[in-house]
Amino acid sequence: MARLADIDGNPVAERYELTACLQCGRCTGGCPVGLRSPLNSRRLLYEAVVREDGDALVARDEVWDCTACRTCSDRCPRELDPAAVIREIRTLKIEGGRIPTTAMDALESTLKHGNPWGRSRRRRTQWAEGLPVPSVEDGQESDRLWFVGCTPAYDPRCQAMARALARLFHAAGYAYTTLGTEEVCCGSEVLRLGELGLFEELLETNREALQGLEIREVVTTSPHCLTAFRTDYGLEIPVRHASQAVADLLDAGRLPLVRQAPLRVAFHDPCYLGRQSGVYDAPRRVLAAVPGVELVEFDRCRERSLCCEGGGGRMWLEGLGEGERNAQRRVRDAADLGVDAVVTACPFCLLTLEDARKTTGLEDTLEIVDLAELAARALDDPADGPGEEERS
Amino acid sequence: MEDNAYTALVVGAGIAGIQSALDLADAGVRVVLVERGDCVGGNMARLDKTFPTLDCSSCTLTPRTSEVARHPHVRLLTRTDLVAADPVPEGHRVRLRVRPRYVDPDACVSCGRCAEACRLAGRVPRTFDLGLGRGSAVDLPFPQAVPSAYAVDPDRCLHLTRGRCGRDGPRCVAACEVGAIRLDERPREETLTVGAVVVATGYDPYRPDHPDTGRPELGYGQYPEVITNLQFERLASASGPTGGQLRIAGRVPHRVAILQCVGSRDRTTGASYCSRVCCMASAKHALLARERLPGARVTVLYMDLRCFGRGYEEFLERAQRAGAVFRRGNPSEVYRRGDDLVVRFEDTLLGEASELPADLVVLAAGLRPAAGTAAVARLLGIGRGPDGFLAPADPRDPAPAGPGGVFLAGACAGPVDVPDAVASGSAAAAAALGHLVASAGREAAG
Repeated sequence: MARLADIDGNPVAERYELTACLQCGRCTGGCPVGLRSPLNSRRLLYEAVVREDGDALVARDEVWDCTACRTCSDRCPRELDPAAVIREIRTLKIEGGRIPTTAMDALESTLKHGNPWGRSRRRRTQWAEGLPVPSVEDGQESDRLWFVGCTPAYDPRCQAMARALARLFHAAGYAYTTLGTEEVCCGSEVLRLGELGLFEELLETNREALQGLEIREVVTTSPHCLTAFRTDYGLEIPVRHASQAVADLLDAGRLPLVRQAPLRVAFHDPCYLGRQSGVYDAPRRVLAAVPGVELVEFDRCRERSLCCEGGGGRMWLEGLGEGERNAQRRVRDAADLGVDAVVTACPFCLLTLEDARKTTGLEDTLEIVDLAELAARALDDPADGPGEEERS
Repeated sequence: MEDNAYTALVVGAGIAGIQSALDLADAGVRVVLVERGDCVGGNMARLDKTFPTLDCSSCTLTPRTSEVARHPHVRLLTRTDLVAADPVPEGHRVRLRVRPRYVDPDACVSCGRCAEACRLAGRVPRTFDLGLGRGSAVDLPFPQAVPSAYAVDPDRCLHLTRGRCGRDGPRCVAACEVGAIRLDERPREETLTVGAVVVATGYDPYRPDHPDTGRPELGYGQYPEVITNLQFERLASASGPTGGQLRIAGRVPHRVAILQCVGSRDRTTGASYCSRVCCMASAKHALLARERLPGARVTVLYMDLRCFGRGYEEFLERAQRAGAVFRRGNPSEVYRRGDDLVVRFEDTLLGEASELPADLVVLAAGLRPAAGTAAVARLLGIGRGPDGFLAPADPRDPAPAGPGGVFLAGACAGPVDVPDAVASGSAAAAAALGHLVASAGREAAG
């Protein structure tokens, strides 16, 4: 029996200075799944310090409930990192083969196919059919890369995000390229599931691709790819989210949003875009530029946003605990606000909110819309552009 | 009382500075007491009651403030900043900048007609009430304020900000029967030489809505029912915006949540230190809420209870026996659900994440160095600690701080409660007096 140690044998309590934990509970108090899951970060940290039997901690399954939203780590008064400790335990679980099969499948798919969705590499660009999306595979080079991301590329609902963004970029004459079918997963969720080896591989692959092409700026569809490149990779070049790119195009007067898109909307700040990346104003600047759109803020907006539970690999994990899910709370709050739609800017948020809309019976009264989708509705003549197929 | 020709400058007229000034003046030292605000008393003047005795704060403070006003050896200058200080053989040559009050304090009889007449009456957030109440652009912080004279807010007054107040000119001028309003008053400067300086610049309360160091997740500034501990004092005070009734947003709360360690012991807010006073202040607020709101559910959410002073633990017990419930857990966020506010926290003794409904949330905001502390430190050659508070020259001797007879009193040297502020005020005065006498001795010998 030994105290909890990481994969390299370093005591977790020392590596993360857990003896400095105040046991104040602010981490658990703010945990978005805390009311439904037995996951208790405060107690976990304490146990990592005092329990002689580290293996017993690794046996805990509730660590899979973490959404990696990082509220716990952001708020820790001693600036400790409970989220990282949870991730360490996940890594140890994977090492011991104790991983839910759904998550295992996603990891295996990422290893084999470069995406967690079990889809073939060949089909990665299928979403762009009929759209003039440049790709390095076609020799179209640029020093700016649009990293489309696995979920916008493959998920049927999220493909509309990518298509809308492509149309916006096209309308603005925005110069960029994509990696086409050679794009592989950024590894954000792989890392947060705890699969460090695979993450390192993905990081190397993507770093080499960016260096080989002399990319100077990356734009991502997903806030999760954004966080991976910015924070986990520590890329030296600027990495920006699509909402920032679109907002800048609008500010530069390059994107004529002229058609009315009359809609009362609430904006759901994704954890990875807002709290983790500090991007709050860009999406609101885009909303303000869409004619006819009226923004009504959620009570919990910006830094106080409510995690949708889609992060931390939770897209590939079974549901946790009984009771209302946060995404359900979110769409009910939106219905109470009397808005027509919830707008967000993250593929995972889009999916969890879409799902919640259905399970709460709000399917007919509430729309879930991606920010780029909404902006693209206001393009000069949507029917006349490359987006025509999408409408047919 | 004999005038012994020594002169001292006391910077800041909160309770610590007042104590220093009075001790020095009683010893015959000529004291110039400068205060940048409109009146003396500092943050203590905002308090309703003081712990652990639950004495009326103004009953303790008022005798001292009125003594300061009439002491023959104290010269009081309000709206005054220390703008320069140069070492000279006698001590310090200091330059003071006196900002205009726009009301002649000698003429003003504090009748309040100017405030009633002001075009902005009822529209200007009252600084003294920390934004809870509204008043006029000419105001008296509270009835017992010293000096007992109104003052014009130069950032609000229409005449001063726009050069014009309505068609027929400033109504305050017309309303004042004694002709005390002086809207053409100019700032002035004076220079004097002092043998010792006591710095008593105090603290500013932590701002939970601060753009850099705030805690937006607590909803302060967003929900009117979320207030700070010092705002609670104004609500509880008879001179406050509700006349001492605990009402918030027009309602009498029946579920009060008091949140400890807001902006203290929290690196994410830029303060890893304990603010020392909040535990007892919260125990006091819990007790007041239990006494004044019959049947109210009062919950204090804490991570540790630090009741170190004499009579403090007994005071905590009194609040607990009065029915205030202390639950261990550092609250994480506040949000609205329907008409209620909800405090999310973990009850760490139960090991359960919980939602606590409340209709009044009091944030125990910690103490920060007062704005301008760094500037004072620079002027007088005083060091500062990593927490931003002023540092004594030798940590084993709390009062002496800088070259040429500079001494520290009160919360400028770190969080203190009222009894400790008074004690340190006296300590600084004693040290300053020793310095004055010793320098005079050296002069005579030389």
